[in-house]
Amino acid sequence: MPVLDPAAWTCPAPLRDQPRVVMGHGGGGALSAELVQHVFAPAFGGSVLAQMGDAAALSLGGVRMAFSTDSFVVRPLFFPGGSIGDLAVNGTVNDLAMSGARAAYLSCGFILEEGVEMETVARVAEALGAAARTAGVEIATGDTKVVESGHGDGIYINTAGIGLIPAGVDLRPQRVVPGDVVMVSGAIGVHGVAIMSVREGLEFGVEIESDCAALGGLVDAMLAVTPDLHVLRDPTRGGLAASLNEIAAASGTGVVVREREVPVPPAVANACAVLGLDPLYVANEGKLVAFVPRAHADAVLDAMRAHPLGAGSTVIGEVVADHPGMVVARTGLGGTRVVDMPIGEQLPRIC
Amino acid sequence: MKYIDEFQDPDLARRLLDDIHSTVTRPWALMEVCGGQTHTIIRHGIDQLLPEQVELIHGPGCPVCVTPLEVIDKALEIASRPGVIFCSFGDMLRVPGTGRDLFQVRGAGGDVRVVYSPLDALRIAQQNPDREVVFFGIGFETTAPPNAMTVYQARKLGIRNFSLLVSHVRVPPAIEAIMQSPSCRVQGFLAAGHVCSVMGVEEYPELAERFRVPIVVTGFEPLDILEGVRRTVAQLERGEHTVDNAYPRAVRPEGNAAARAMLEDVFEVTDRAWRGIGVIPDSGWRLSAKYRDHDAEYRFSVDGIQTREPAECRSGEVLQGLLKPHECEAFGTLCTPRTPLGATMVSSEGACAAYYLYRRLDLTPAPREASPVV
Repeated sequence: MPVLDPAAWTCPAPLRDQPRVVMGHGGGGALSAELVQHVFAPAFGGSVLAQMGDAAALSLGGVRMAFSTDSFVVRPLFFPGGSIGDLAVNGTVNDLAMSGARAAYLSCGFILEEGVEMETVARVAEALGAAARTAGVEIATGDTKVVESGHGDGIYINTAGIGLIPAGVDLRPQRVVPGDVVMVSGAIGVHGVAIMSVREGLEFGVEIESDCAALGGLVDAMLAVTPDLHVLRDPTRGGLAASLNEIAAASGTGVVVREREVPVPPAVANACAVLGLDPLYVANEGKLVAFVPRAHADAVLDAMRAHPLGAGSTVIGEVVADHPGMVVARTGLGGTRVVDMPIGEQLPRIC
Repeated sequence: MKYIDEFQDPDLARRLLDDIHSTVTRPWALMEVCGGQTHTIIRHGIDQLLPEQVELIHGPGCPVCVTPLEVIDKALEIASRPGVIFCSFGDMLRVPGTGRDLFQVRGAGGDVRVVYSPLDALRIAQQNPDREVVFFGIGFETTAPPNAMTVYQARKLGIRNFSLLVSHVRVPPAIEAIMQSPSCRVQGFLAAGHVCSVMGVEEYPELAERFRVPIVVTGFEPLDILEGVRRTVAQLERGEHTVDNAYPRAVRPEGNAAARAMLEDVFEVTDRAWRGIGVIPDSGWRLSAKYRDHDAEYRFSVDGIQTREPAECRSGEVLQGLLKPHECEAFGTLCTPRTPLGATMVSSEGACAAYYLYRRLDLTPAPREASPVV
């Protein structure tokens, strides 16, 4: 790895008011976007990176493919409904699926902290392998590094993946137009609350299991109805709100969400109420949000509901020409409010 | 925990709104005291649905917002010291002190931890006997009892490396200060239900009588707010000014006796500075002499703090209900949640944050034709 020379580092945009990295830079919100836009993208250059999607759509030797990478630093390593091994597969598989690609091969890089029990590593590896088999993807290459005790959090995993994009599939925010129907594939906020419930020792009366799952099959089922889907996103960090805002900003359209239509399970709603969090901003790991041309909406929704991972699919809103770049919620009582891009991490409130 | 939907029922809300619309004959200005209520109002668009004559003025009841800059700077100073584990509720971490916030202290190597309960901080102190563990004890009567309990427990268990940085405030003196302001327009109060669930309502009849204002104890869900507004407006229209409890499912007239006893044991009433407002007599708590060993201000020498408030920030007027957030020139330009000038913009319960997060569409002139939202 080349040594970074700050003196030779030409960054056209100064860092904003954050002289050091803070947790919010990894939170999937505005701070993360600024880090990429002001530091990484200018340093790296390249037209493909400028797509800024979860996966890059590439053309290699005349073949269209999607390429994506993601790193996983979840704590604890095992949680209700999954583990860091499941996440490491499903996260990258889903990023590819959101381009319409079915993941074919993954790479897998482990960064292990000195002192971690071998049994833990083996359990994570087993979970990772099982998730790959379920997703129908092969681990083709890998790497292992060990850092000194105290320099890591047990196990970090990076995965990268490639898959082919079928002919006729072109998923990107620029294709979104007013009139498109916005739908989600099921209950939101489940993964984030499941993690919080174990990480912070909070109990919410019922055990909440992560929705961690690979969405390639669900996307296949949707594309079988029509290749003319406009955008798919898996609303992970930053939740549904971040995904909708990213699409609104990139497409230059407005998004309207009917708040009462957004499927929030009571256990998630209650946990969020206690902590002062908004479920729209809580992470998911096995859900997608789809922007679908109105003409295909009913058929796509039927196909989603017929798939086990899309049984709870529902329409939550639509794309409008008003308020370009902004997401607006119609509240249950009949008022309206802006649904903003999260800044960094959501913070539990004081009371 | 299954009550959330019931208190957001659109049909019941419509009935309450109809009642309010048919009752109002004149303009009235009501203040919701609590920042949590402000957020419910703005998040659900309740102010858009009320009759034009009913104006909701946002009160000072955001514990994060009213914590003085000097105390935040003390927190930043203590949190920066080696050997200290500084624990806080999450929403204090992004509040700007003079030039930095707790997130930045953590980014620079400080051991700053988010906890969900002050008892978590006490547990951290037990687990780290060679470190000084400090909990940032801020808030109204709602958060003061558990914080008092933590100090009580620390004393009882002999945990000597635990202390509290205290900036607790009390609601009734704030109501009094607001009503005594020459520019006060408030004609009725929606009192904070959580505060009353601890303290009861006995502090309010004297205030209602002296200032001739109705005070209606109000909860936090949309229907709670509408019911509070309905009862307050009904009193005003009838020319009455009594204390009414519209939140009986949580508030007993005498409050929570155990919590009050804990407060009285650990804390004593003191004058307290409110950010943006100034010192209000008898409006706060500090640790009583008996527990001074656990007072972070005594334990750490943090004198000589030089605070610097941004000149453009008018959060003091917002906190007193004299200015709506969007009427501030810095709103949405110099001051956003990303670049906050004051705590009202950064706090999850702050009025400025509520307006920016939820109401920006109406407040930002956008080049668009008006069209109904679905």
